[in-house]
Amino acid sequence: MATTEEIRADLADIVNEVAGVDADDVQLDKSFVDDLDVDSLSMVEVVVAAEEKFGVTIPDDEVKNLKTVGDAVAYIERAQG
Amino acid sequence: MATINAPAGAAHARILGLGVYRPSRLVPNSEVVDAIDSSDEWIQQRSGIRTRRFASPEETVQMMSVAASRQALERAGITAAQVGCVVVATVSHLLQTPAIAPAIATELGTDHAAAFDISAACAGFCHAVALGSDMVRGGSARHVLVIGVERLSDITDMTDRGTAFIFADGAGAAVIGPSDVPGVGPVVWGSDGEQYDLIRQREDWRDVVGSDQEPGSGVMPHLTMQGNPVFRWASFTMAKVAQQALDAAGVSAEELDVFVPHQANMRIIDAMARSMKLPEHVRIGRDIADQGNTSAASIPLALDRMMLEGDARSGDTALLIAFGAGLAYAAQVVTVP
Repeated sequence: MATTEEIRADLADIVNEVAGVDADDVQLDKSFVDDLDVDSLSMVEVVVAAEEKFGVTIPDDEVKNLKTVGDAVAYIERAQG
Repeated sequence: MATINAPAGAAHARILGLGVYRPSRLVPNSEVVDAIDSSDEWIQQRSGIRTRRFASPEETVQMMSVAASRQALERAGITAAQVGCVVVATVSHLLQTPAIAPAIATELGTDHAAAFDISAACAGFCHAVALGSDMVRGGSARHVLVIGVERLSDITDMTDRGTAFIFADGAGAAVIGPSDVPGVGPVVWGSDGEQYDLIRQREDWRDVVGSDQEPGSGVMPHLTMQGNPVFRWASFTMAKVAQQALDAAGVSAEELDVFVPHQANMRIIDAMARSMKLPEHVRIGRDIADQGNTSAASIPLALDRMMLEGDARSGDTALLIAFGAGLAYAAQVVTVP
């Protein structure tokens, strides 16, 4: 079972690859839109890459609730059950 | 029981010539930003679009189609009289019936060629290429003229932030005819009616007209699109379909010269290319920056531009993929004419 920190680190790599954001900036309290400048289309790319990486499903309706990196990590942890 | 003659088709088919028509009026982002409270920067960041072209009243669906077709016929070295069938892919010919294809076929001077429209939205051109190729090989027509044409400016809500900056006008045509070697690979196509509402005409015509008791809006129906789910489907599901088309043709990514996806949005093109992990040498059509999203016309417009600029050469192997409302999609590998 991956730890919160492992998921955050993997997610940071994805955000880096998709949106060119420095992986060190991708911390739990950061907002995708306001702090990291990840727009809604890039967010779709992050979500699809995360689904593949973590073996979870993140429906379109859920994506808008994932405002911070912490929201996304928590969702992935729950989805991995 | 009588013996029925089987139709005699050609062994193989290929695209013999390509033609396009770009409307004369170039519309910069600055012209569309006010109505959607946006900016040139936002539009470019969101879509990669800098300019698009809108047709004038004289640049009708028929006029643009005929102009593109004449160029395609000339480049193919085929006369209009040799065309056995005209297939027009469009969603912006605004007569429910008849189709625009017979009018185009007659204005071009075909000899009563079969002519009909197909409705597959942005996926229309690749559907038409598949039909044309099959007709040539099946013996239904020796030469097929396929046209992708749109005047989306007529049905775009210029106050809709999701679509006003995207859609545009134009036409592209291709002549498909017999060939000694395969020039059009197997089509990989399909649909997904579960996502029927993602891109659609907002109002049913009956809602526009209404009744004596309940008058309708009287306002032209407009296109509407749910951007993010479309982006997800187009960028990732369609990347898999594109790969299937390569596999079906028996062509490896290494052997591919040119990739011409439907010019929906630069972000989709970029995400798709990333997802497909295309080799560096594959040149990618990016006509959308200047032309906007012209739906059924976008692939021939993009390929024509690549040919003019030297990014695609006669004999190159090109992967085409078109996708859009329906949802509908079609992809095939072709030899550049």
